[in-house]
Amino acid sequence: MKPDAAKSLRVFAAELAIYAVLVTAYFFLVLHVLGDWLYQLETQHRILYAVVAILLIAGQAVVLDAVTTVLFRLLRRRWR
Amino acid sequence: MFFPISHSHINPIYLAVVGFVIGILGGFFGVGGSFIAGPALRLMGVDWNYAVGTDLAHIVGKSIVAARKHRTLGNVDLKLGMIMALGTIGGAEGGAQLIQALKRAGNVNTVVSWVAIIVYGGISVFMLWESHTTLKLNKRRSHRTISDAKAAESKADHSAFGPVTKTIQQLKIWPMINLPTSGIQISLWTILAVAVVGGFFSGFLGGGAGYIRMPSMVYVLGIPTHLAVGTDLFEIIISASYGTFTHAIKGNVDILIALVMHTGAVIGAQIGVVATQYFAGPKIRLAFVPLPLIGAGIVVYTLVTGHKL
Repeated sequence: MKPDAAKSLRVFAAELAIYAVLVTAYFFLVLHVLGDWLYQLETQHRILYAVVAILLIAGQAVVLDAVTTVLFRLLRRRWR
Repeated sequence: MFFPISHSHINPIYLAVVGFVIGILGGFFGVGGSFIAGPALRLMGVDWNYAVGTDLAHIVGKSIVAARKHRTLGNVDLKLGMIMALGTIGGAEGGAQLIQALKRAGNVNTVVSWVAIIVYGGISVFMLWESHTTLKLNKRRSHRTISDAKAAESKADHSAFGPVTKTIQQLKIWPMINLPTSGIQISLWTILAVAVVGGFFSGFLGGGAGYIRMPSMVYVLGIPTHLAVGTDLFEIIISASYGTFTHAIKGNVDILIALVMHTGAVIGAQIGVVATQYFAGPKIRLAFVPLPLIGAGIVVYTLVTGHKL
């Protein structure tokens, strides 16, 4: 394997490991906090729930995209 | 983990892995991946209505990540995406209305299954022929000995279907729309026709219908493959958001499941987008061929066995 490819794979594996830890924490903290509130919202205020659902998934997309980009950049710089 | 909205118990790691796989496909091919996500959720006991609605919500998030990455690579034509979104939403409503009519007639499952098999199979056969022929023609062009990486970088796309595409582009029906990012000028009606057909199949067969829209953008509109993938993803953000909203109002979206699936899709989508840089257009199209076939296989399975995945 070429040294560059090996380095990229190593960085990617490290990124995945760190990301997995962050995501696990996210599952237990954020989703447990939001779970009941979203359930109540879904049963009582459907339109508001629909708006919140789109905002949540879009917000998560932007935040996680930024997190992975920063992670990858930091790891690449450190391992260069 | 218990998801109270859909009353289902699902392992979050399973959801993240499913999201990861769909993310790679979405980033590389510009498809929503509903032909995998729907059955994968169904396999865990999620009701069909929740599987369809939740999948759409997850598609919104995944497409945002992939479209942002494609945009940084210059693969998104915003103007084209906005116009197509209008047609897609209109077409989706038409497809949904036809489903309602077939429901009333009592033969919805049979008709939808056969249409799905014909459409999915037809796309695969056509794309196999076209990409294979294009790759052979490219090999014969001895004076154009550029590597795959360079071809992918230039985004210049050759297609064996090119003459037909050129004829379609020459249809001067007012108003003509100039798309500098895609490098073409084409009638608004052609763009809307492609979008309406894609939207129609999205409403009729479910999901984002990227398996129809992406090839249509390449073969009918003449958009380079890389731009078609990126623009399709951008367009999916708008149309899937609309779908998520209407499904959520009807009580068909478990956003908690979508959020968990999306954590895996973020990484997958980024890998898929980066991978497009290393492949030329015809190779991406050739690799696309098995995707509609998987969808057709699932439909054949449900028809033969009577099981609903």
